Amino acid sequence: MENKYQPVIGLEIHVELKTKSKMFCQCSADYFGQKPNLHVCPVCLGLPGALPVPNEKAISWMQKIGAALDCELTKDSKFDRKHYNYPDLPKGYQISQYEEPFAINGKIKIKNKQFRIRRVHMEEDTAKLIHEDKGTLIDFNRSGVPLVEIVTEPDFNNAEDVKAFLEELQVIIRYLDVSDADMEKGSMRLEPNISAMKIGLGTLPPYKVEVKNINSFRFVKQAIEYEIKRQVELLEKGETPIQETRGWDDKKNKTFSQRTKEEAQDYRYFPEPDIPPFTFEKKYLYEIKKNLPELPQQKVDRYIKDFKIKEADAFVITRNIKTAAYFETVVLKNKNYQQVANLIINKKISTDLSPIEFAKKTDELLATKTTDMQALNKAIDNAIKNNFQVVNDYKKGKTNAIMFLVGQVMRELKGNAEAKVVIDSLKKIIG
Amino acid sequence: MLLGKSLLQLKKLVAEKKVSYKEINDFFLKRIQKYNSQLNAFLTVSKNQETGLPIAIKDNFCVKGLRTTASAKVLNDFIPNYESTVTTRLKKNGFNFLGKTNMDAWAHGSSTETSDYGPTKNPWDLSRSPGGSSGGTAAAVSAYLAPAGIGSETAGSVRQPAAWSGIVGLKPTFGRVSRYGVIAMGSSFDCPGPMTINVEDAAFLLKQIAGKDQFDATSSPQPVVDYQNLMKKTRKFTIGISEDYFTNLEKGLEKKIQESIEIFQKMGHTVKKVKLLSPKYSISVYTILQRAEVSSNLARYDGIRYGNDRTHFGAEAKRRIMLGTYVLSYGYYDAFYKKAQKVRTLIIENFKEVFKEVDVILTPTTPVAALKLGEFEKYPFFGEMMDVLNEPAAIAGIPAINIPVGLDDNSLPVGLSIMGNYFDEASILNLAYQFENETDFFGVIKKGISNYGK
Repeated sequence: MENKYQPVIGLEIHVELKTKSKMFCQCSADYFGQKPNLHVCPVCLGLPGALPVPNEKAISWMQKIGAALDCELTKDSKFDRKHYNYPDLPKGYQISQYEEPFAINGKIKIKNKQFRIRRVHMEEDTAKLIHEDKGTLIDFNRSGVPLVEIVTEPDFNNAEDVKAFLEELQVIIRYLDVSDADMEKGSMRLEPNISAMKIGLGTLPPYKVEVKNINSFRFVKQAIEYEIKRQVELLEKGETPIQETRGWDDKKNKTFSQRTKEEAQDYRYFPEPDIPPFTFEKKYLYEIKKNLPELPQQKVDRYIKDFKIKEADAFVITRNIKTAAYFETVVLKNKNYQQVANLIINKKISTDLSPIEFAKKTDELLATKTTDMQALNKAIDNAIKNNFQVVNDYKKGKTNAIMFLVGQVMRELKGNAEAKVVIDSLKKIIG
Repeated sequence: MLLGKSLLQLKKLVAEKKVSYKEINDFFLKRIQKYNSQLNAFLTVSKNQETGLPIAIKDNFCVKGLRTTASAKVLNDFIPNYESTVTTRLKKNGFNFLGKTNMDAWAHGSSTETSDYGPTKNPWDLSRSPGGSSGGTAAAVSAYLAPAGIGSETAGSVRQPAAWSGIVGLKPTFGRVSRYGVIAMGSSFDCPGPMTINVEDAAFLLKQIAGKDQFDATSSPQPVVDYQNLMKKTRKFTIGISEDYFTNLEKGLEKKIQESIEIFQKMGHTVKKVKLLSPKYSISVYTILQRAEVSSNLARYDGIRYGNDRTHFGAEAKRRIMLGTYVLSYGYYDAFYKKAQKVRTLIIENFKEVFKEVDVILTPTTPVAALKLGEFEKYPFFGEMMDVLNEPAAIAGIPAINIPVGLDDNSLPVGLSIMGNYFDEASILNLAYQFENETDFFGVIKKGISNYGK
C-alpha cells in the first residue's frame, strides 16, 4: 500500500562555521567542551545598548559554501531580524536573512540525480539550554556563533538520497575548511521537512512535518523512514497528518510531536537596522568562485578521466581531502593508479608513510606478485585442512568466509601471491 | 564665580589653576542637592566623583557600575558591566559624570512624563514639562545643575527639550556618533547629541564623542572635523525656508521665529523659499518605522533577566510594542513597514534635492512652547504632534541644532532649528554661533541660569 505514496522531502541544514570569533562580536566561537558562559560579552548576551558588527570572514566563508553549491551569489544583500521568544535567544530576535540571502539557486549532483538548493543564508546560533532536574541552565558560549542555513527544494523522495546528499554536503564543506560539519557535535544539523504525496496527484501535499534533533548520520535514514511510514498509515486511514514539528527520539527510534504549526510563530521579519545593507563588488564575488578548491565531485571526474581508476574507488578516496591529496602525491611517483588506489583503500600499506615511501612499497608489492603456483596449492591445502568449519560455512552460502581462507593462504605465502589468483584457485578447489 | 560658566570656560579656569576639578564638581553636586528635588532632573547621582569636567548623562547611556534604567522600572536595578562608546570617549577625554538624568521611559515621549520615576519639571515654570525625551538633561543644563549634558534624539528628543528649556541642543547626522551602549529606541534614528549653554560647547562636545566606532556598524568612517575652528570662519549662508513648517504655530512663538529670520537676513545671509515635503508625511512614516523598531528592541526584556518582568512596562511602552508588533505582522508588513520605508526614501531624496539649492534650512523646533504637565495624556500621539517639525530631519538622518530665539508671551523659551546637509554639522554650528554672537540668544540662557542663581 505504500507504493501508492511518494515521499516529498526538503531539507534545512544548519552548519556552524569554525571562525575564530563569533558572528557579531569578538568572542571566541569555539564553544565545544568549554566552561559554560566563558565566551560572552554584551553583544552575544544581548545586553541593553549592545550592537552587532558582522564578521566579514564568516560572510565570505558562507559565500564560499554558496559558490561550492553552485549558487548565485547575490550582489545586494542584508540581514533581517527574526523574532521569537525563547530563553536561548537573549535579544528576543535572531539576526538572520529573509528576503535577500547571500546565495540562491544552487544544486548538488550525485550520480545522475540533481538536488536543487533554494538558498544559503547567514545567521547566528542561539545559546544552549541544558535541562536538569532542578531547572534549565543557559550557556551563552554558543550564542552568536556563525551559522549557515542551507535550504533545498523538496527534491528528495527517499531517505537513501537524503543521506547521500548530506554526506556529499559534509565532504564539500570539509573541503572548504570552514566547518567541522560534525553531526554528533552539532556543528551540522539536519531538519527534514517530510510529507507523502499520492502518486499521480501532481500537487504537493497540503501539510508538511519538520523533524528535529537528528544528531547523527545513523539516525537520518531511520527518522525519515519512520516518519514516512507514520504518515502513510494516517493517509491510508483517510486522515491528513498534522502540520507540525516533531522530534526524533533516538532511544525509542520514533518521532514525537513537539509543536504544531498552528501555534507557529509570526516571525515579524524586518531589516536589521543595526547593520547596513551589503553591496558586493562583482570582482569580489568572482574571486570567491575562482578561489574555490577542486571539489570532491570534480576530483572524482578527474581521477576517472586522468587516472582511469574505478568510479567507486575515486569516490572513496575523495571523501577525505587529505586522503585525496595523499593519493595525488603518491601517483606522481607511481603511475599504477588503480593499484595505488586499492592499496590506499584497503590500507594494505600504511598511509602514515611518506607518499614517496608509499610509492616505493607499492612497487615492491606489485613486483613480487608473481605467484608460485606450487606453493600456492600447498598453502590452500593447509588452509582447507585447518579450517573445515569455515569451508563448510562458505559452502552453505556465507560467501564472505572465503576471505578468511585467503588471509590464511596469504599468511603462509608471506603475502607473495596475487589476491585474485588466490581467490580463483580457492574457489576452484572448494567448488 | 562658577555660576553660568561654559564647559570650555571651566576647563580654562582649571588650566589656569584658578579652581580645581574637585571644587567644580562639589559646586554642581551642591546645586543638584539643592534643586533636584523640585526639578527631578537627575535619577542617579554618581557616588564616586572623580576629577574631570562635570557633565550630565541621559539615563539611556550604559555607564559601567552606574545604575542605568532608561527611566524604566523594568531596568530598575540594572547596573551595566560595560560602557557606552560615548561615555567611554568622554571619560577618556577627562570628563566626570555628575549622574544620570531623567527621560521618558525608554525615550518614548516628548515630555519626560512617561518616566517611571515621575516627570521632570521645566525650570522656567515648574508646572510645565521641560520637553523630552531628554528632559532631565535639558532641565539640568537649563537650571545649571550641570554645565552641559548628553542627550539622545530619535526624533526631536534633543532639540525639542532644548527648545522648551531654553538651551542649545545638537542632533548630529545619524552615524556621526556611535550608538553602542545606548539603550536602543528606534535604531535607525537614534543619535546621541550634546545639550549645552552655548554653541561652542556643543561643537567641543561633538568633537569628543563623534567618529567611527568599531562597535557600531552604522557609525560613519567620515573624518571628524574641527568643529570649533570651522564654526568661527566668517561665512554667508543661503538659508532655506519651507512654508509647510510654519503652519499651526502659536502666535507668540511664530513672532519670535519671524524676527530671528529677519535677523539672519540683516546679518547678510540669503533667505530662500524651498519646497520640502510636508512634515505631516513624516508623522506616519516615523510612527510606523519607530514603533516597529521599538517592538523589536524591547523584546529582550522578557523577564528572564534584569529582575523585573514585562508587567513593569509602562502604558506608553505597551502601546508602542503593540503597534510595532502589528505593523510587522504577517500580511501587514508590506502595507505598513515597506510603504513607510519607501516614503522615507522620498523624504531623503527631497532633502538631498533641496540641499543643492541651500546650505541650511530653518524651521521652528516646536509649534508651541512648553506645555503644562498632564497635557500629553490628552493626546495619544502627543510626541508626534510636538515633534512634527523635528521628525523629517530624524527620518532623513540629517543634523540639526536648536537655538533659543527669545521668550514667548508666557515668558517661555522659543526654539529655532537649523537643519544641515549630511555630515555638515560644521555649517549649522557656524550659523548658530554667528546668531549667538549677534543676539546672545536674547539673554534666554543666562536668564534660565539666573533663575537658579543661588
